[in-house]
Amino acid sequence: MAKLPAGTLYRGKVGMWSWVLHRITGVAIFFFLLVHTLDTALVRVSPEAYDAVINTYKTPIIGIGELGLVAAILFHGLNGIRVILIDFWRKGAKYQNVMFWIVIVLAALLFIGFAPRHLAHVFHWNA
Amino acid sequence: MVTIETPRSPRSRKGAKWEKWGWLYMRASGVLLLVLIFGHLFINLFQNGIQAITFAFVAGKWADPFWKIWDGAMLWLALIHGTNGMRTIVNDYTVRLGMRKFLNVTLWVVCAALVILGTLVITTFDPCIDPSVNQLADLAIHCGK
Repeated sequence: MAKLPAGTLYRGKVGMWSWVLHRITGVAIFFFLLVHTLDTALVRVSPEAYDAVINTYKTPIIGIGELGLVAAILFHGLNGIRVILIDFWRKGAKYQNVMFWIVIVLAALLFIGFAPRHLAHVFHWNA
Repeated sequence: MVTIETPRSPRSRKGAKWEKWGWLYMRASGVLLLVLIFGHLFINLFQNGIQAITFAFVAGKWADPFWKIWDGAMLWLALIHGTNGMRTIVNDYTVRLGMRKFLNVTLWVVCAALVILGTLVITTFDPCIDPSVNQLADLAIHCGK
């Protein structure tokens, strides 16, 4: 059996997986941004056109999809701060590993704070 | 065909300076976008909630120039940040130079079109196209009632 390459600080570790996640979430957010610019532009067409399209964002399936979008934004934004700290902070590279887990915990906490309230909005639980 | 540069020729500096500004832009805009987008999500999705988002909600928000500037900044910063990120990915994974050029030109054309569209929408927005907006007290003056 082929022996796994060892002795690299990067491959297969937190540094690599955070990079992969940053890319995937970035691409997902980018494509949402294209759609979101176009749907918001409908406020210049008519109130009916805007409300009709925005109503699709209030359906259960898309509403749950928004949880994924927010999770992606939370990770991408907070990991971006980690990237900046690695680049500009003297001890950034030394603490990149622990900073990744801080990013994950912070994103998870914000997500836990957001998700129940968003689901309540989507499913009219607080009506 | 792979062409090999003349050995020992100095590395081209062309584009290196431009890349440095791109690198810096991603970080500077990233910090601003963190504030702008987290704030956008907090107010629209957390405080008001997705069910509250309507034409009248946008009209109410854009009655204040503060939110027009906020949303305009988000539009410009996010589209350029996202397009430049996509360019990085295209440069990483495309093999053929023609395909790389085609994808990157497409990305920037789409980016420019959406930035122009969004800017026009924010700057020429007219809440009075909705008769019910007239009933909102703070907007009544704008609609001539």
